[in-house]
Amino acid sequence: MLSDLGTSVAENVAVIQREQRRIRVHVRLFGDRVFNLVTIALGSTILLLLAALAVVLIVKSTPSIEKFGLSFLVTSDWDPVNDVYGALPFIYGTVVSSAIALLIAVPMSLGVALCLSEMAPDWLSRRLGFLVDLLAAIPSVVYGLWAIFVLGPWLRDHVESSLGTYLGFLPIFTGPHVSVGMLTAGVVLAIMVIPYISSVCTDVFRLVPQTQREAAFALGATRWEMVRMAVLPYGLTGVIGAIILGLGRALGETIAVAMVIGNSPQISKSLFAPAATLASVIANEFAEATSDMYVSALIELGLVLLGVGIVLNVIARLLVAAVAQRRFGEER
Amino acid sequence: MELSVESRGNYVYRKAKSDLMMGVTVAATVVTLLPLFLILGYLIVKGAASVNWAFFTHMPAPVGEKGGGMANAIVGTLEVVAIACMIGVPLGIGAGLYLAENRGARYSSAIRFAADVMMGVPSIVVGIFIYGVVVHPMGGFSAIAGSIALAVIMIPLVTRTTEEIIVLIPHELREASLALGVPQWRTSLSVIVRSAMSGIATGVILAIARVAGETAPLLFTAFGNNFFSTSVAQPISTLTVQVYTYAISPFPDWQRQAWAGALVLTVIVLALELGVRWFTGGPAKSAH
Repeated sequence: MLSDLGTSVAENVAVIQREQRRIRVHVRLFGDRVFNLVTIALGSTILLLLAALAVVLIVKSTPSIEKFGLSFLVTSDWDPVNDVYGALPFIYGTVVSSAIALLIAVPMSLGVALCLSEMAPDWLSRRLGFLVDLLAAIPSVVYGLWAIFVLGPWLRDHVESSLGTYLGFLPIFTGPHVSVGMLTAGVVLAIMVIPYISSVCTDVFRLVPQTQREAAFALGATRWEMVRMAVLPYGLTGVIGAIILGLGRALGETIAVAMVIGNSPQISKSLFAPAATLASVIANEFAEATSDMYVSALIELGLVLLGVGIVLNVIARLLVAAVAQRRFGEER
Repeated sequence: MELSVESRGNYVYRKAKSDLMMGVTVAATVVTLLPLFLILGYLIVKGAASVNWAFFTHMPAPVGEKGGGMANAIVGTLEVVAIACMIGVPLGIGAGLYLAENRGARYSSAIRFAADVMMGVPSIVVGIFIYGVVVHPMGGFSAIAGSIALAVIMIPLVTRTTEEIIVLIPHELREASLALGVPQWRTSLSVIVRSAMSGIATGVILAIARVAGETAPLLFTAFGNNFFSTSVAQPISTLTVQVYTYAISPFPDWQRQAWAGALVLTVIVLALELGVRWFTGGPAKSAH
């Protein structure tokens, strides 16, 4: 009788303990579930933001898209007074200023990247890389300010005059020398994108296996021959990716360009002349745009910028990722 | 023998060419770094004269009047960036945590991809977006709109650095915690995020440095304000927009103020960058 009672108490205790454990497990699973839901929701906001970005720009530019259609992209009348808008001068300005920037920035960035990865000893390379990174940290409004008062006048007095004297037979180097214009904007952009291109290139060159370099040296190659035989071919895909990434930066850069390009919606053959880019015209005119069609046309410019930016960025990242992939594929 | 003489001459040529090309790379590095020192030099020479006590405590002076400061813009930048952090940092860290804990999942690859794409979106486009979803419905420019625009730029930066740091935390740490019976969510928050805290803080500070220097997304969100305002519903002046406005003005007094503002702005941004690198020891890779 007594022992009977004992077992049933023990059984009850066991049951209670089992139930308590079960509840605790449930509470824990509940906590995990809430936690997972919260993080997945936070992660999803990024997808939502990107989607909302595209949708808002498309919806807001619909009036302009419907009115002008594809001719928006190929006509060059930008006339807020008569509510007629064509984006060609800005597309031209964006393409040309970015082209000037890349023409200067690509060789310079390759030079910097090779110097950091192949020439400089480790301690120096890290410090130089740090300084190049600082160049990327300077706000673009500061670049713009410096370009208005220092770089622009210097280019006008020294570079434009010699280009005009010696290469003046080319139509792109004709016309009056002014401190604000396409050339100044291109040079500022070049200075601004070099840190981006060179830091990706440096990373890419550092991924080149040491064995490739040693093999080239063992064949009797000089350092430069080693670079051409081993480093450049191996990193080519990544370098192209870096250049496209830099191009994406240059296309979208707004403030520094708006400050020095002169903001005139015209296509002129001379690089000394003022121009405007997609981003600079938005910065200049958006807050003052009065008619709905005007705002809509400006937003459509933003939509063009967004589309081109996304495409370039995706291509660039795929190319850079391909290099890293190949490296790690070989090591496996 | 003839061959060796010939190849010797050849070698001298090849060596000279190599030295020349490698010298060119060094020259490229020097020329690239030149603007950094020129800009810093000009900022100090042209800006330092106008940075005085009044610059931090006074309001902007009207055209033609000497003196004045950027007190409203400095407070505005602090406020706009602080609110942007309140929105962007928890969102970014949470999203980064999700990406790090579900690395293989297809959905997290999609989010990672979206974050990378967002980093490539020109900041002026973000400004238009916020104009469409915040400024227009609210009926006017406001500090909060500027903060949201900066938060949108911060989120992908914080997300990706958080993910990259958390992935570096040894797996054993997580396993040890789980083996002790700590629930997964506690493990993530108290063990993983805690261990990754300094790295995450580095990423956050670099993101702050990046957005504090942004002008384009503020032009038609926070807009600017000639008066002192701390209200989130009113337009607010920021250092970057103020420097922009003064720099393109034709008045020498304002241009001087622009140099001073640019100096203060650059000092803030570089102090954040340098400070982070100093504390984390050595040049950490920044989140570009």
